[in-house]
Amino acid sequence: MARIFSYIVHRGGVVDDSAAELAAVARRMDPTTPPSAIVTGWGVDLDAACNALLSSYGEVWKVSNEALSYPNAELVRQALVSILPPNSILLVSHDHFGIDLSPGLSIKVNSVFVSDVLGIDGFEGDSLRLVRQEFGGQVSAHVRCDVSSGAVINVRPGAFKPEQVTPTSSVVLDKSSAVGALKARRRYLETIVAEAGDVDITKHNVLVSIGRGLQEKDNVVLAEELAEVLGAAVSCSRPVVDAKWMEKSRQVGSSGKTVKPKVYLACGISGAFQHLAGIKGNPFMIAINKNPKAPIFQVADVGIVDDVLEFLPELTNKAREMRGVAAK
Amino acid sequence: MEILVCVRRVPDTSENEIELNAAGNDIEREELVYSVNEADNYAVEEALQIRDRVGGNVTVVTVGGEDDEEVLRRELAMGVNQAVLLSDEDFSGSDGRGIATILKDFAHKSRYDLILTGVQADDGAAQVGGMLAAMLDYPFASLVNSITVEDGRLKVSREIEGGNREINEIDLPCVLSIQTGINEPRYVGMRGIRQVASVPIPTLGASDLGVEKDSVGEAAAKVRRVGYFVPALSKGAEMLHGSREENAHTVLELVAARGGLK
Ligand SMILES: Cc1cc2nc3c(=O)[nH]c(=O)nc-3n(C[C@H](O)[C@H](O)[C@H](O)COP(=O)(O)OP(=O)(O)OC[C@H]3O[C@@H](n4cnc5c(N)ncnc54)[C@H](O)[C@@H]3O)c2cc1C
Ligand SMILES: Nc1ncnc2c1ncn2[C@@H]1O[C@H](COP(=O)(O)O)[C@@H](O)[C@H]1O
Repeated sequence: MARIFSYIVHRGGVVDDSAAELAAVARRMDPTTPPSAIVTGWGVDLDAACNALLSSYGEVWKVSNEALSYPNAELVRQALVSILPPNSILLVSHDHFGIDLSPGLSIKVNSVFVSDVLGIDGFEGDSLRLVRQEFGGQVSAHVRCDVSSGAVINVRPGAFKPEQVTPTSSVVLDKSSAVGALKARRRYLETIVAEAGDVDITKHNVLVSIGRGLQEKDNVVLAEELAEVLGAAVSCSRPVVDAKWMEKSRQVGSSGKTVKPKVYLACGISGAFQHLAGIKGNPFMIAINKNPKAPIFQVADVGIVDDVLEFLPELTNKAREMRGVAAK
Repeated sequence: MEILVCVRRVPDTSENEIELNAAGNDIEREELVYSVNEADNYAVEEALQIRDRVGGNVTVVTVGGEDDEEVLRRELAMGVNQAVLLSDEDFSGSDGRGIATILKDFAHKSRYDLILTGVQADDGAAQVGGMLAAMLDYPFASLVNSITVEDGRLKVSREIEGGNREINEIDLPCVLSIQTGINEPRYVGMRGIRQVASVPIPTLGASDLGVEKDSVGEAAAKVRRVGYFVPALSKGAEMLHGSREENAHTVLELVAARGGLK
C-alpha cells in the first residue's frame, strides 16, 4: 500500500476544514494507517499549524523555510518534489491553491493527477477508482487511475465529512533539511481585497439570484423589480459578472461572496458546485430553470420548470397585488 | 511577444442538456452544440490585446480532429496570426498528460514567450496548463484575471477566494491559465469567418512533432473514464406542477412564510 499524505495549507497558522476532510479521505483509502500530513511555512505560524494537525494526523511532516512564508505554489511544488517518498499518494484540496500546485507537481514526481474528486470507490490492485463530475455537475463519471507510480489527487472541498478521529500517538517530523534552495521564477507581491460594492448581499435575508439563464443584460431589471417588492437584494452567478451585467460584489460562490440568506431564489442558475459553495446556512432554496435535469434541482427545496423571463414578471405582478401595490 | 494559445472545442454546457446514452457508458453526443471552451475564448482575446499593445504574433493550437478546425477558423476570424491543428490517430484517447505532452512537443518547435490556456475545459480537469508548464520547465500561474507586460516579465493577478486577488510577478517564458471574465472577448460573426475561409490551417501529426508514440493516446492514459452516471437525486426539490400563476402564488407564500415580502 502506497503511503498517503495530505498537503495542508494554513493562513497565519490556522488550518481550515480541509485538514479534517483530507484526513477522512486518507482514512477511507487506508483505514489501517493513521493519516500523515505535510505542512510548509515559517516561524511561529508553521508551529501553530503543526500543533493544530496533531489532533487528526499521526505524522506531521514540517518543512520550515522562510521562502515558504507565503504559500507560493511554485515554491511549495519544489519543496514537495524534494521530500515526497517515491510512489506516494498526495491529497490536496481542490481550491485556487490546489489548481495552482497539483497538475505540475504530478509531472515533476511522475505520478498521475486526478482533479476535483468527490467520491472514492476504492482500490483494485494498482488502480484506484474515483468519482468526478463533468459539464458543471450535469453528469458524474467513474474514473480509474493507475497509481503504481503514485498519485496527486485534488479533493473537492466539502465533499467529504470531516472525521474527528484522534490518533493514539502523533509526532511532528522536521523535513526542512531535505529541501534545498528554492528558485522563485514567480514572486508573490501582494493580496488585493475585493471591493465592497454598492449592496452587501451577505447582509440580506432574501436573495433573488440570477444566472446565465437570464440571457442578456437588459433582463436583469426583471430580477431588480422582483427584489424591490420582496425587499430582497439581487445576487448572481459568475457568468453574469463575466459578461459585465452586474458587479463582482454581487457574485455568489467560491470566487465570490459567501451568503447566508433565509430564502434563495435561484433563477436560471444551473447549480455548479463553485456557485453552491457560496451558499451557506441551509437557506430555503427555490429554483426556476427551464431544464428539468438542471443540477440545481438536486439541492433546491422547491423547483419550478419554467422560463425565467416569463416567470419573474408573473412573480413580480403577483407580489405587487399581494402587497396592494398597483402594478406598473 | 510570441504568444501561443491552446484551445479546445467542447460541448457547450450552457447550451446543452447533457444526458447519458442508452448504454450508459458515454454522454449522448448526437445533436450536441459545440463551441470553443469559454475560458479559451478569453485567453485568445487576452493574447490579441497583448499583441496589439507590445507587438508580436499569436498562434492558436488544438489537439483534436477534423471537426475541431471550426474553432481554429473562428480564432483566425478573431485576428490570430496562425492556427495549427495537431491531429493523429495515435493521439486519440489521450488523458490530460497525453494532451500536455503533444502540446509540449509542439511548443518546442518554435520559441514562445508566453503560453496561455483556459483554466478548465467544460469536460476537463483544470490540468493541461499546469502540466504543460512543468513539462517545459516554465513557471506557471493559474486562474489569471489580469496581465501587465513589464520588462522581461509579467505582473499577473490570480483569482483567489472571496473575489480577492493575488498579485505575482512571473518571469518569461511562462504558462498562464486564464480565467473567464479577464476581458470582453470580441464578437465573431459569420462574415468574419467567411473572410478567413481560405486561410490554410496546417495539420501536424506525431511524426511531424516527434511525439513518442508510447507517451500519448489511449494506451498511455493512466487516468481513464470508465463510465458515466447521473448523480442520485439525494433529496431533490419538491417540483411545482401548477400553472405559472399558481406556481407564482405558491412561491410568494413560501417566501412570505420565511420573512420575505413584508
Ligand atoms: C475556479 C472557478 C471558480 C468559479 N467560481 C464561481 C463562483 O464563485 N460563482 C459561480 O456562480 N460560478 C463560479 N464558477 C463557474 C461555475 O463553474 C459555473 O460555470 C457557473 O456557476 C454557471 O453559472 P450559471 O448557472 O449562471 O450558468 P449555466 O451553467 O450556463 O446555467 C444556466 C442555466 O440557466 C438555464 N436557463 C437558460 N435559459 C433559461 C430560461 N429562459 N429560463 C430558465 N432557465 C434558463 C439553463 O437550463 C441552465 O441550467 C467558477 C468556475 C471555476 C473554474
Ligand atoms: N485537446 C486540447 N488541445 C489544445 N488545448 C487543450 C486541449 N485540451 C485542453 N486544452 C487546454 O487546456 C485548458 C484546460 O483544459 P483541461 O485541463 O482539460 O480542463 C483548456 O482550457 C485549453 O486551453
